[in-house]
Amino acid sequence: MATTVVMEALSPTMEEGRLVKWSKAVGDAVKTGDTLAEVETDKAVMELVARADGQLLKQVVAEGATVPVGGAVAVIGAQGESVATTAAAAPAKSSQPSAVSRPPSATLAPAAAPVSAAPADATRVVRASPLARRLAKERGVDLKLVQGSGPGGRVVMRDLEGAGAAAVAVPRSAVPQPVGGVAYRDVPLTQIRKTIAKRLGASLGPIPHFFLTTEVDMERAADARAALNQQLGDQGKISVNDILLKATALALSKHGACNAWWQEDHIRYWNEVHLGVAVAVEDGLITPVIRNTDRKSLLEISTESRELAGRARERRLKPEEYTGSTFSVSNLGMFEIDQFTGVINPPEAGILAVCTMVAKPVAVDGQVVVRRRLRLTMSCDHRVIDGATGAAFLRTLKQMLENPLAMLL
Amino acid sequence: MPTITYRDALNQALREEMQRDPDVFLMGEEVGLYQGAYKVSRGLLEEFGAKRIVDTPIAELGFAGIGVGAAMGGLRPVVEFMTWNFAVLALDQIVNSAAKMLYMSGGQIPMPIVFRGPNGAALQLSSQHSQAWESWLSHIPGLKVVAPATPYDAKGLLKSAIRDNNPVIVLEGEMLYNNKGEVPEGEILIPIGQAEVKREGSHVTVICHSKTVSVALKAAEQLASQDISAEVVDLRTLRPLDDAAILASVAKTNRVVVVEEGWPQCGVGAQVVDLIQREAFDQLDAPVLRVTQADVPMPYNKQLERLAKPSPEKVVAAARRVLYLD
Amino acid sequence: MTTVTAQPAKGETQVAQQRRMLREMLLIRRFEEKAAEAYALGKIGGFCHLYIGQEAVAVGVSAALEPTDYVIASYREHGQALVRGISARAVMAELFGKSTGCSSGKGGSMHLFDAEKRFMGGHGIVGGHLPLATGLAFAIKYRGGDAVCACFFGEAAVNIGAFHEALNMASVWKLPVIFLCENNRYGMGTAFERVAAVTDVVEHACSYDIAGEVVNGMDVLDVQAATQRAVQRARKGGHPTLLEVRTYRYMGHSMSDPLHGVYRTKDEVEEQKKKDPIAQLFQRLRQDGAIDQAGYDALDAEIKAEVDDAVKFADESPDPAPEELTTHVLAD
Repeated sequence: MATTVVMEALSPTMEEGRLVKWSKAVGDAVKTGDTLAEVETDKAVMELVARADGQLLKQVVAEGATVPVGGAVAVIGAQGESVATTAAAAPAKSSQPSAVSRPPSATLAPAAAPVSAAPADATRVVRASPLARRLAKERGVDLKLVQGSGPGGRVVMRDLEGAGAAAVAVPRSAVPQPVGGVAYRDVPLTQIRKTIAKRLGASLGPIPHFFLTTEVDMERAADARAALNQQLGDQGKISVNDILLKATALALSKHGACNAWWQEDHIRYWNEVHLGVAVAVEDGLITPVIRNTDRKSLLEISTESRELAGRARERRLKPEEYTGSTFSVSNLGMFEIDQFTGVINPPEAGILAVCTMVAKPVAVDGQVVVRRRLRLTMSCDHRVIDGATGAAFLRTLKQMLENPLAMLL
Repeated sequence: MPTITYRDALNQALREEMQRDPDVFLMGEEVGLYQGAYKVSRGLLEEFGAKRIVDTPIAELGFAGIGVGAAMGGLRPVVEFMTWNFAVLALDQIVNSAAKMLYMSGGQIPMPIVFRGPNGAALQLSSQHSQAWESWLSHIPGLKVVAPATPYDAKGLLKSAIRDNNPVIVLEGEMLYNNKGEVPEGEILIPIGQAEVKREGSHVTVICHSKTVSVALKAAEQLASQDISAEVVDLRTLRPLDDAAILASVAKTNRVVVVEEGWPQCGVGAQVVDLIQREAFDQLDAPVLRVTQADVPMPYNKQLERLAKPSPEKVVAAARRVLYLD
Repeated sequence: MTTVTAQPAKGETQVAQQRRMLREMLLIRRFEEKAAEAYALGKIGGFCHLYIGQEAVAVGVSAALEPTDYVIASYREHGQALVRGISARAVMAELFGKSTGCSSGKGGSMHLFDAEKRFMGGHGIVGGHLPLATGLAFAIKYRGGDAVCACFFGEAAVNIGAFHEALNMASVWKLPVIFLCENNRYGMGTAFERVAAVTDVVEHACSYDIAGEVVNGMDVLDVQAATQRAVQRARKGGHPTLLEVRTYRYMGHSMSDPLHGVYRTKDEVEEQKKKDPIAQLFQRLRQDGAIDQAGYDALDAEIKAEVDDAVKFADESPDPAPEELTTHVLAD
């Protein structure tokens, strides 16, 4: 099952690449994801990584050679496997799945799926045995997060043994029930949106992330929280995070462009806001969903998020309680984190990373004063959200947090 | 419990059924005076006479058709083919007459007939005498097809076949006739259409029939030494297939290897694989693999013949692959 | 060889029997004409092999048989089925594929069956039913019965292996079977003499040491007499007979084949029609004063009404229920 490695489009505009340096020699063992070579693109020196396991059987080109995108660069296969049949298949015209030699005996060979050498889209296809698929569904395991040990990276039953919460993520099949009216609207992709999606996708991987960071002055929000908690007394306790969730939900309701799912051939803009709240559990994390967050009171959000988080840690969430979020928030505030970025949960288009609120000196009206500040970083799927779109959302969020009364607007 | 050979188990079945029902008779080449080419009918001529143990000329089409005609006339013939390689000459009567008589007569004319004889390869008999016909025969609606692997199953299935009101194909094995096994005294009737788990296991199912049962059992032994627990399912009847037994084992092990003596294309294993992918798709952890005869006419040379046949080693290799161990 | 002339059946005068044979031949003729019409109207599908011209064979043979005797035939068997007592309604309904047909609509024109009447089917593979006939005779002898089995087949079947295997074993085992070769001279569109080394079918009887006779298949009384002799041999000691009955089909091989053309001339067909078996028997009965034109016309009208009724019955009968698709594949 030899696989031809082709020159990949490592930048959006790249048409050819110069192989600067081989990182693997012929005969070296290669695993999916290993760097095979350094490639100079029109913009930078990038790494060409392996898309298959095996041994580097052949370097098709020498260092310094320029290879068009899709052209053969190397062959990966089983030890001792003949290269002749495979190398002849290259070069491919584009980053299509490469030619794969067939085993000689159809009777004794497993019907393995061809190993793809495509850099972006094809890697989204999860290979898994039917049994593994069924078990994953039953256990709420996201197969994309499971390393398959079968041929071509196929996830098989043994890969799921012990894959508990570590692989538990957010299946995306469940659709939230609409509260009223239409839950979302599907918008066909425009040509420019398709091009953006394709080119950005090719450059970075399945989801072309970009990141926006802002620092929020939390003085008023913190004061408001203290006042509210005083008033509530025994009825409950509002956390900074609750205020943040409420503000995020309200900001999303005003910036529907960020409250969306990437659906490959279209974008689904949600008219409802369902916030996923990342909760650390033993061995991993899970993201329970607070439905219609924007319509819930702070107290409701507070109560619900505590309750969901509690059950999440006990692993007693039902599938519908951790599926169907439209945007996620990940808060590492309790860990004294100054800066981090969240990884988007597809098909969502964004996730907000919340750091630790710290008191620090800042200039206010020309005076250095100590203020409580909170750093927020939003990860955006560039196929859905452009820079300015994300920035506008973040600005609204910042305004709401800095002036909590704005939430009433 | 007495231990007897597969040959004698068949002989017992014939004798008991002929004693039980005077309409049962045996016809075929060398079945009488010569006592059977493989001595399955030993002693029967003496006991039942030439009227009921009928020596025929070498004319498979003719005597198979005469058997069918006799069944139309109310008798219960057992037609012996010296081997199924020769029975191919009689396929017109088996397929066009026996299998279809009940249907095309609108249910008026039942066809209680047994066609039996050795099937598959023996040793170094070369291309024309080493063929497994089960996929041909089990293709045909209106036929039942059984392929016993043990003396016990041979007796129980042949007796059931003789009492069945339909044409039943009994596939025996030249290499099986000398095999010994425990066969209890008295009546054994094994229902047609029931597979049997010949060895329990939990990691991988090996589905087999007839001669490949011993191949599968040997493979299971080898696998056990590698801490792999193989379940051996003997189909015993190829038509109708015991779907439930196959699916139950797949649900248990999630991995399957199907072994047969026939060629790969359109084989019995292909039918089993169809059933499994259709009815047990979500149970599968790996593609089902098949071990068959090589897709070539059987060579004479001993080494080549060994390469062509299914073997425990091939089954072990396939089992390890469905377990993702190789 | 013992000579037996055409004798009337028990309790029936010779004239009455011959009038009955006339009626049977006319029934086949009118039935087949209607079948052709229904085929043209699309009521009958598939292959439909007509018997027109050969009526004397089925009728003459049947006149020599007992109800306990077996009859088995090829796919050109409408006539044999009718004279063995399967009603015109049941045969026509089978041709129409209806549930009321004698094979419940599952067999069609080529596979008419009536086990009760010991009509053991029309069979569609040329020569394939000769071993079956031999087997039926085997069963008769096995049980010590005195019945016989009459097996109709065309001359083209003589070239196939099953013919020789069946005759050989019938002779070796002395089985009560009568092989009735209806030599209508053409296997579909191929004249027998173009493909057979021995063109007198009867000569094959010598190869297997069985009795053989050539019979004028256009003369129903000749067929009856020859069959009676064969039946006597079979019943007495299980000696098989090969009868070469020389006959002629007026129609094409099947409804979709031409009457004449490259393989035979129109003149030849017209010449043969002058020896028509029905006309011959009618002339004889008229000369004997057993029937006049008016009587014949009345008989014909009665038969036409019977056939019309069969068509109406077949037309109005229901198709087999969909669940019949899977019944009778296997017996319980």
